[in-house]
Amino acid sequence: MFDSPAEVTERLAAVDYLSDDAISTSVFLAAALGKPLLVEGPAGVGKTQLAKAVARATGSQLVRLQCYEGLDEARALYEWNYKKQLLRIQATSADDDIFTEEFLLERPLLKALRAGTPTVLLIDETDKADVEVEGLLLELLSDFQVTIPELGTVTATRRPYVVLTSNATRELSEALKRRCLYLHIEYPTPERERDIVLSQVPTLRSDLAEQLARTVATLRALELKKAPSVAETVDWANTLLALGREELDEATVAGTLGVVLKHASDQTRAVKELGLPSAGG
Amino acid sequence: MSLVDRHVGFVHALREAGLPVSLAEGLDAARALRVIDLAERGSLRAAYAATLVKRPGHRAAFDVLFDLWFPPATTGLYGERPGEPRETAGRPGPHGDTGGPGRPDPEPAGRDELRAHLARLLMGGADADAELRGFARAMVERFGRQEAGPGRQNWFSYSVLRALSPETLMAGILREVLAGRERGGLAEKSARQWVNDGIRRFEEAVAADVRRRIAEDSGVERIARSAVRPPLDQLDFLRATRGDLARLRREVHPLARRLAARLTIRQRRGRRGRLDFRRTMRASLQTGGVPLTTHFRPPRPHRPELVILCDTSDSVSSFAHFTLLLTYALREQFAKVRAFGFVDTVDEISRFFQPGVDVVDAMTRLAEEADMVRFGRTDYGHALERFAERYGDAIGPKTSLLILGDARSNYRPPALDVLGSLAGRARHAYWLNPEPRRQWDTGDSVASAYATVVPMSECRNVAQLTAFIERLG
Repeated sequence: MFDSPAEVTERLAAVDYLSDDAISTSVFLAAALGKPLLVEGPAGVGKTQLAKAVARATGSQLVRLQCYEGLDEARALYEWNYKKQLLRIQATSADDDIFTEEFLLERPLLKALRAGTPTVLLIDETDKADVEVEGLLLELLSDFQVTIPELGTVTATRRPYVVLTSNATRELSEALKRRCLYLHIEYPTPERERDIVLSQVPTLRSDLAEQLARTVATLRALELKKAPSVAETVDWANTLLALGREELDEATVAGTLGVVLKHASDQTRAVKELGLPSAGG
Repeated sequence: MSLVDRHVGFVHALREAGLPVSLAEGLDAARALRVIDLAERGSLRAAYAATLVKRPGHRAAFDVLFDLWFPPATTGLYGERPGEPRETAGRPGPHGDTGGPGRPDPEPAGRDELRAHLARLLMGGADADAELRGFARAMVERFGRQEAGPGRQNWFSYSVLRALSPETLMAGILREVLAGRERGGLAEKSARQWVNDGIRRFEEAVAADVRRRIAEDSGVERIARSAVRPPLDQLDFLRATRGDLARLRREVHPLARRLAARLTIRQRRGRRGRLDFRRTMRASLQTGGVPLTTHFRPPRPHRPELVILCDTSDSVSSFAHFTLLLTYALREQFAKVRAFGFVDTVDEISRFFQPGVDVVDAMTRLAEEADMVRFGRTDYGHALERFAERYGDAIGPKTSLLILGDARSNYRPPALDVLGSLAGRARHAYWLNPEPRRQWDTGDSVASAYATVVPMSECRNVAQLTAFIERLG
């Protein structure tokens, strides 16, 4: 897929994802060693975006499994279409085989396994799923095959490139982590964040982007309940554009603080610590 | 040292430092080394991290050890820019072997000159990072050495930081950056943050280089053991420094979120509610009266009321501090939380933790305003008695009583019977003691006596505290 980490950086940049050393090396290794990549980090630093960018950069199709509490095999892997089977039994003689391809509902994991084309499988917010689902994933990610009792074993013709993301609301099992390469994406340095903002909001003046990035870095250093994410920095940039502000002065920051800080107590703290005029809200 | 030896030694050092590196992961790392460019140190670090470090808490230890086992090639020295006024008093003393053959010796420049250069680098932010590191190395070479007898030397970072005192550069940098703009506002705050960040990076670079040099003199393994700090969740409450506390406080909300998520997941999994007959019948109409899908009513979560009785004396302050914050961050998990602090008398301190209040403020006000001290020496017995008479009605059959403290009562009567009656009225009672179990009952500790009345657990770090709260919720 890729020849070197440097090439990853280049090709991700071509689809507007600004990578860094750690991200590029991990993405490259996941392809080179054929291992799933587990990406953790605070919300809104671009974990899901990374999987999408890899898919775009390599021209693969993206299959996404969104995890949630109560997700089960039937939603993740495959399910038999009971209604159709019932109708078939009622409509025909009862000795028809109702466990064939036409009654199978393909869910994301099976779809990614059976895809003949290059595929990026994104398993999003893995930590939200129950522990049983982890067992299922383990089996799938170790040999890329799954056994359907009525049909036999399905083996991947070509292995999908797997990205799992997690917000670490719970520790994933050691066994799952051992199977994966691990990448922790932190908030970017102000320099990188400036470049990210500029790539997402190209019409923004670069000195204003620089100011934004530094201000956000200052906010993150305060003891807040929820630090502003990269996505929120980009929102902030768009807000400034929409308001036609040319400067990020105290009044502007105070007036638009709600875009980046979502807790009232965090806003109060920022106003106090940064000596902002207590307007806004 | 060959690459294989180095790799094996490094993996071994990681395990020594408490990272659970399995055999398979070590092999993954070795396979990764075959496909990346080994001369690219950034890629090398990232490849090792991706294959061996699966928890963010272990990253700091990993970085320290990586810098020791794979030291940077020492090039890019400061002092190559021409046209510098030179100071005559150079650094005496023999040259140690400092790696990197054929290195030019940095020409001694004046101290003011060096400070001015450091100030420029600090303003450069992360873009000037490589240069800042190179400068740090040159400065360790120049100011960090102390002779320790014939042919032996020690390396210290404090003498480097004293010679350059980076934090005193702040005023000058601010003058330059703000260029006449208003002081005390956002611009200054941003600039301060920026420069402090740079100073911290410089200090780290100096420390890393000092460790590297010590490793060269006395072997990597020896320094590796002393250089690594435990990850934050293993950090002993009673040994936490002020800086550690600030880091812990920053972890309170993420940790509370994680815990809350886990507690709700467990509650929901523990019991499915009763069968919702009506919905199940409705759904069965779609499948010809066969109830293929069953529907359940949501369960009613059990939420304990929590009363925390907390020793707020200095000896356990950081533990009390963190635990109070965490339980308050978890407020939505409990029907009601009330907290009481005591040294030798007791006062309700719930009022300092109103929703939305700021953690730092809460702690400062708590220390200033609460009335927990009469004579200033911890007295559990008296505090318990006062609690029973003033706030005894806080404890009822729904309450979980949580006592935080080291059970060191300055040899005063422990009032075990009072504690027994309080615990008897509560639904559950627990005692968390931040001291290691082997120190219980030494000196003036009456831990075991209290433990006969209320089950006592050792709670020395965040990991243990988290495990306890999970059992409680």
